[in-house]
Amino acid sequence: MIEVTLIYGFVNSIILALVALGFSLTFGISGISNFAYGSFYVLAGYSVWILVNKWAVPFVPAMVLSVLLTSLLGALVYRLVLLRVRGQVISEVIATFGVGLAILELFRYLGYTGFEYTLPVFTDGSIMIGDTYIDHQRLWIVGVGILLAVALYFFTHYTKLGLAFRGIAQDEQTALSLGIHSDRIAGISVAFGSGLAAVAAVVILPRGTISVNEGYDVLINAMAVCIVGGLGSTAGVVVASFLIGYAQMITDTLSGPHWKMIVSLVAILVILVFKPSGLFGKQKELEERI
Amino acid sequence: MKQRRKERIDRGIKARSDDVFALTSYREMLYVALPPAIPVIGLLVLPLVLPGYWQKVFISTCMFALLAMSWDFLVSVGMVSLGQALFFGVGAYLAGILDRYAGFPIWLTIPAATVLGAGVCTIILLPVLRLRGVYFSMVTLVIPLMLERIVEATGVFGGTEGLAGLKAFPNQWVEAYFAALVCLAVLFGFRRLVTTDYGLVLKAIRDNDRAVMSAGINIYWLRAQALFLAGCVGAFCGAFMTHVYAFVGMPAFALDYSILPLASAVVGGMGTFAGSLLGAFILVPLSEALRGIGGLRTVIYALSLVVFIVALPEGIFHYLQRKYHQFDRWVKVDE
Repeated sequence: MIEVTLIYGFVNSIILALVALGFSLTFGISGISNFAYGSFYVLAGYSVWILVNKWAVPFVPAMVLSVLLTSLLGALVYRLVLLRVRGQVISEVIATFGVGLAILELFRYLGYTGFEYTLPVFTDGSIMIGDTYIDHQRLWIVGVGILLAVALYFFTHYTKLGLAFRGIAQDEQTALSLGIHSDRIAGISVAFGSGLAAVAAVVILPRGTISVNEGYDVLINAMAVCIVGGLGSTAGVVVASFLIGYAQMITDTLSGPHWKMIVSLVAILVILVFKPSGLFGKQKELEERI
Repeated sequence: MKQRRKERIDRGIKARSDDVFALTSYREMLYVALPPAIPVIGLLVLPLVLPGYWQKVFISTCMFALLAMSWDFLVSVGMVSLGQALFFGVGAYLAGILDRYAGFPIWLTIPAATVLGAGVCTIILLPVLRLRGVYFSMVTLVIPLMLERIVEATGVFGGTEGLAGLKAFPNQWVEAYFAALVCLAVLFGFRRLVTTDYGLVLKAIRDNDRAVMSAGINIYWLRAQALFLAGCVGAFCGAFMTHVYAFVGMPAFALDYSILPLASAVVGGMGTFAGSLLGAFILVPLSEALRGIGGLRTVIYALSLVVFIVALPEGIFHYLQRKYHQFDRWVKVDE
């Protein structure tokens, strides 16, 4: 029993981390609020489904194509909408929320609900760890999640582009004076974040059906992880994913799956009371708090 | 190349009637009195002329207008709520609970649910008040979705079935005029409130919170008060609608109650309250007329939100207001 909780809690934590990485990259690290994140996730899932089932594209190219398309859409949303309201937090929030809502509700309107909307698993089968069965897809999730988290850490710490992402969040004026084209970097960061959402979607969604409501759940979980972990910290994302992931798993086993979602909310509120900048957040400690 | 720019000049009558003591003619008096008279007359006459079904629409329009004004008030204190459904749902459920389990009469459940609901929402949101930025938006977006799910999962207060068979208003006239009067009271109340010293401090918190703090003012307490006021309006809508439908259930936390007020305020024009009212009276009847297209309505609101934020961020009301007070003409730019 404990073993099951431990293993599935681990998988659950990795899923959370995977979902939160893209959000963390745009919002946490570059400071651009993207409330359309959840809908990009769902959009990527549906676009793979459409490519595979309607247009008979093989699964692997369809995945790649969907990730590219989602990134492109992210860039497009930035260019057409976000760029015009940069710096006005109220407008940024409302505009991206509107975009996300429009995408999600459009899918709902078009009737994309039901059990037939599933993606194929990467490889079929399962292995045993101790006495617990674990299917290959979950192993893929763990692998991709760890790989991406490590890659993101190195990306934001050792590449020029990654450093520029962090730079514009810390101080946009200074970043500008050092030759960082902040508007362009912000656009790239939105595109990267959307792309990561798509990667998370194609890896995670084969476990179940794609549904519109998933979009809201993903956004909630991603926000919870980013707030608890602290903005601008990849390590924070990982630690927070494990905290929330295991907390969710334990609530699940103790009091049933209904209470699972409440964990994220409680985590947000508790962390805001005791350490508003998050567990590992440093760059904004003074600015966010008043 | 000849360059030209638009020049905006106050109308003469505005300049003359700006100072209320200088009104010298009926025309000037009319100029000053007409704008506030439009909503008053409109809201009081509309229930009389509308047929039965559209009277129902009128009532829900008033509720959305109230939610939009409450959103607008929060924004003018610097808090962007993405979940007016929180206030609405909490108010609705409290009214339902007080009616069903405590057996309160209707004239007691509505005020009680209004005040208690606002109190509950304020307490839930207290931790977020210490932060600026998008945290408030995030948390208000999350909470209604959560509450909906809790009700569904645990089956408290009727679960997915909701509480039906609650007390209703005596007749539709009472509903319509009650809604209209509250709408007017909130409209003029909020408009007055933001021009008082108290309102100025609230606005100052949005513009520069540190400056207000350094003036020795406790901004957390003030923000909590503002939240409570906005919460009262939102919770009232919930309580009122509970008794209109004689039912309360999970739809009380529906996304509609978050997105429509937001869209109304943005389309109408933020920061004036009259804009929110105007926006609601454009969007809600429109959505009734478009009932046939079902779920696509939400898409349209969401897109109108994006279009207005990007293309006409001032909103319709500010545009009209400018046309009323000023005229514009193209003038040549001297090289």
